[in-house]
Amino acid sequence: MNMEKKISFVLNGKKTELLIDPTTSLLWALRNQLGLTGTKFGCGMGFCGACTVLIDNEAVRSCSLPVGDVAGKKVITIEGLAKNGKLHPVQQAFVDHDALQCGFCTPGMVMNAVGLLNKNPKPTRQDIINGMEDNLCRCGAHIRIIQAVETAAAEMKGGK
Amino acid sequence: MRKSEIAKDFVESTQENSGSGINRRDFFRLLGGGILILFQPWNILDVNALPAEQQRSLPKDYNAFLHIAEDGTVTCYTGKIEMGQGIITSLAMEMADELNVPFEKVKVVLGDTELCPYDGGTWGSMSTRGFGPNMRAAAAEARGVLLELGAAQLGVPVSQLEAKDGIITDTKNPKNTVTYAQLTKGKKIEKFLDVKPPVEDFTKFTYIGKPYKHVDAQLKVTGQAKYTGDFKLPGMVFARILRPPSHGAKLTSADVSGAEKVEGVKVIRDGDFIAVVSENHEKTDEAIKKIKADYSFDEMKVNDKTIFDWLLKSDAAANVVRSAGDLEEGRKLSDTIIESEYHDVYLAHAPIETHSALATIEGDKLTVWASTQSPFGLQGGIVRELGFPMDKVRVITPFVGGGFGGKGVYEQGIEAAKLAKLIGKPVMVVRTRDEEFFYDNFHTAAVTKITSGIDKTGMIKLWDYNVYYAGTRGAETIYDVPNAKTTSYSGKRNAPSVHPFNTGAWRAPNNNTNTFARESQIDIMASKAGIDPLEFRLKNLKDEKMIACLKAVADKFGYVPGKTPGGRGIGVACGSDAGTWVAHMAEVKVDKSTGKVQVVRIACAQDMGLCVNPEGALIQMEGCITMGLGYTFTEEVLFEGGNILTRGFDSYEIPRFSWVPKIDCVILDRKDKAPQGGGEPAIIAIGAVVSNAIHDATGARLFRTPLTPERVLDAIRKT
Repeated sequence: MNMEKKISFVLNGKKTELLIDPTTSLLWALRNQLGLTGTKFGCGMGFCGACTVLIDNEAVRSCSLPVGDVAGKKVITIEGLAKNGKLHPVQQAFVDHDALQCGFCTPGMVMNAVGLLNKNPKPTRQDIINGMEDNLCRCGAHIRIIQAVETAAAEMKGGK
Repeated sequence: MRKSEIAKDFVESTQENSGSGINRRDFFRLLGGGILILFQPWNILDVNALPAEQQRSLPKDYNAFLHIAEDGTVTCYTGKIEMGQGIITSLAMEMADELNVPFEKVKVVLGDTELCPYDGGTWGSMSTRGFGPNMRAAAAEARGVLLELGAAQLGVPVSQLEAKDGIITDTKNPKNTVTYAQLTKGKKIEKFLDVKPPVEDFTKFTYIGKPYKHVDAQLKVTGQAKYTGDFKLPGMVFARILRPPSHGAKLTSADVSGAEKVEGVKVIRDGDFIAVVSENHEKTDEAIKKIKADYSFDEMKVNDKTIFDWLLKSDAAANVVRSAGDLEEGRKLSDTIIESEYHDVYLAHAPIETHSALATIEGDKLTVWASTQSPFGLQGGIVRELGFPMDKVRVITPFVGGGFGGKGVYEQGIEAAKLAKLIGKPVMVVRTRDEEFFYDNFHTAAVTKITSGIDKTGMIKLWDYNVYYAGTRGAETIYDVPNAKTTSYSGKRNAPSVHPFNTGAWRAPNNNTNTFARESQIDIMASKAGIDPLEFRLKNLKDEKMIACLKAVADKFGYVPGKTPGGRGIGVACGSDAGTWVAHMAEVKVDKSTGKVQVVRIACAQDMGLCVNPEGALIQMEGCITMGLGYTFTEEVLFEGGNILTRGFDSYEIPRFSWVPKIDCVILDRKDKAPQGGGEPAIIAIGAVVSNAIHDATGARLFRTPLTPERVLDAIRKT
């Protein structure tokens, strides 16, 4: 009963092909098949956001998305955000603001923030709060994460 | 200058490291040459923080390590773990100061039972106040050794030398220098300490006391930081374990045929222990659902509504924590007597990383990577339950994705080890969110009854404090009351637990419960006395640290005195935890038609003795304040008998971005004092400060957390 199919997509800028059951969640395809463990399992039900990745520049919860659905699309994970060893402005702002503690929610926070800035390059503080609201952090780094996203938005000057 | 008489050379010892790690000669074999300092953890705090069942006598051997490699790199080995509290940064700072090396040259190796000295566990805010001083002493010793080597090399006495940034310089001839790396090259020097050497005076600190950012931030923002679940071994399988529907349910029969039919899945049975394993994680999810299991139920007849009566009616043992004066006398002296009963609920730890473990057996040796606050506890647990010899079990703790006390338990590590033993392959156990909420060692529900009295001048004359099932931490009143008694009621020794499931330490264990009750009661009295709540506290306090914190927070907050309730929505609360003193002020807005509360701002002042890393300490304070809003507003484990009803982030709500107020923190300058706890104290008064602010805004008093809109509304109606 082999349900495997060939799925092609662009992962972190590289054309990628997987022979996989297309109902497998993108999260476990990334973590298991592709060895990209920066994308985290937090709840598996889309409630926490630790598994957030970008699909065609939009923040999506990879735990709730079948890998078959990304065929032909552009997927960016936390590993694909830095360019030539230079951190993405959002990553850099998280470092500069010390906007993390245990770091487990951090990849999802960063990806969600990038997705937010892709959609809304000049967010107000309230826009940031609304846009980050459903990403959970248990350590309580929220206030610094808000500041980091504000800083990144300013740094990116509305660009990407 | 350090004198080498306080250490003695350790020559070719054959003594094994009784902390069950490798012996010392192996250590050099593994690490290459250099200087190795072995020291005894002197500080008894390390041991006393352990829960009784996890206490293991400290090894009599010297087994804590500080290594200066041949390239001058300094490594500290500690059995503590990093779960976001920032010790990977602050311990390195302390080390850099004592050794006079650049901060960047210091590595900290954490939570590996084979490389690190025995440690009971990372909890109780013990890393900085317990382990830190020992480590600093070892570093001071190492510096002494280096200076002696330098003196020999440079041909001048030690007293003429200065060490800075890993370079020893002849003060009379600054061109005459030698680096630590040059000194350690080709050397194999072992020293061990009998006597704790003196450490650097705070005036000489280069790093300690200055703000340093997390050294692990770069790894964490790029996804490179490895947590337990991120490891993968050849042939590794994922496991799901069959779980009962409720605590107290016993498996009577199980039909696993459906699970066996799922492609690539193997069913493992060992008595009542049933698991499915597969290389494909999601196949285990599919298979576990196909097991048909029946259970018999023998649950406690209690739920989240009846629990408080249940606790009060239980057969509890009374422990008088403190007694002063005479309660009857206190009654006579009081003009107003207030009796209150406060209720607190079960809470989940809910770290974003669920309990995870990877176990593998090579030859006769078991290695387990685990997200745990107690690597040595897990090692002991495996020995106890699975019969491995201690020296054949190695537990490694990578980055831990949040603990808060919840990862002091480590059953998932034993499960992974058991499965690895049964099937002969590496096994990864990653708890589902449902399992995480079910198998938690919950913060305990509790009841606190207080009878207190004040005289006409607003002096507290009577304090009769009775707490049920929230222990003693934070139970003693900090106020100066002539007639006071504090009694803590808990389960009798060897009696079955009163709780329907496991309970345990939750960030500043029990202190949240006790501080909520005490500080609410204080506020009620201030209100009755018609005295500003800050002034009322100051009037009844003699504790200088508490007074200083209250004054500092009032200053930071810009507090304008006023009686409560004054309609402003401003609250004050304070307390002490883990050797640290905290005071908070909060401003809230209450929607009187819905009962919804928004915290506008919170200020906090903290006396934590010497603050090693002000940046790290500030982050912990902010974290405490933010996390504290959870137990204040929403967090409550709902249950019926042994069945946990809140098993997801949809039903158990933790703080979100929109809740976060403006936060202003101040850390009092106490450089000349010993460092105290930083990861827990600032959470203890959040429930009380918010509740007191709600009272100030509305006149409504709440006696039970969480302060949900329904309860706030109900309290407003009763006002």
